[in-house]
Amino acid sequence: MRQHFTAAGRGQVVGGFAALEADLVRTLVAQVVELVRDDAPAPTDEDDPLASLLQMDGPIEPPEDPVLARLLPNAYRDDAESSGEFRRFTERSLRDQKAENGLVVLESLRDAGLPDQVLPDDQTTIDVELSAVQVQAWLRTLTDVRLALATRLGVEDDDDDYWVALPEDDPRSYLHDIYDWLGFVQESLVVALA
Amino acid sequence: MTAAPTPTELEHADTDDVVEPALPWITIVWNDPVNLMSYVTFVFCDYFGYPREKAEKLMMQVHQEGKAVVSHGRREEMERDVQAMHGYGLWATLQKSES
Repeated sequence: MRQHFTAAGRGQVVGGFAALEADLVRTLVAQVVELVRDDAPAPTDEDDPLASLLQMDGPIEPPEDPVLARLLPNAYRDDAESSGEFRRFTERSLRDQKAENGLVVLESLRDAGLPDQVLPDDQTTIDVELSAVQVQAWLRTLTDVRLALATRLGVEDDDDDYWVALPEDDPRSYLHDIYDWLGFVQESLVVALA
Repeated sequence: MTAAPTPTELEHADTDDVVEPALPWITIVWNDPVNLMSYVTFVFCDYFGYPREKAEKLMMQVHQEGKAVVSHGRREEMERDVQAMHGYGLWATLQKSES
């Protein structure tokens, strides 16, 4: 197993990706950014223009999309009213935060020289250098991407046998491989920080 | 949006009210099939500033028992912790402490 990220001192880490791998990360991160941004509901309280103006007012109901519902979960387990109230005041900033983290990841890939188009036979390596702040964004974004993939796939505890047994031409098999691989990348990032 | 202090209200607080315990609210982190054990430990160190040993113990509790109480305090503090956990992608909720 290749070690993706290693410590470079003073909280910085460096990592090498094949261009195609980096391109894959870019695609997935861009999708999550789009998801948390595009589906942001309009303010619910038309009668409170000041709250809307100050962006204090968000939705009360959890998102219908199961991925968004996992990324933006309820804060109270058995208290819909408190959950709604909490969501109203926090969901927007949580969405903004997640989008911003994703953009930091995309920017670091661009800074590392990832071209806009990557051809299937591209053999170049993209060397990513991350500051301590960028590492935080990467860790959180990799988590969000993995949560999104796992929710779409229906990943459960101790279900490795199921995924291994899937036929190779099953598209879920490929997605699950990506999910696993992102886990290795994230693990290397955590280890590099320790 | 902060209200001006109203000390008079405090003076007239109903003395029959049950005195609230000092730490009545808790933040719970729930197990999920996605987050890496190493990452969950990292989050507990990074956000709460817990020593590695304590962070690992809490992570194992989440992993094995399905949940762990990771912090306690005032309700507003727990809401802040829950929001932070959601920022890290951990599944967290807050509730009144039962003990």
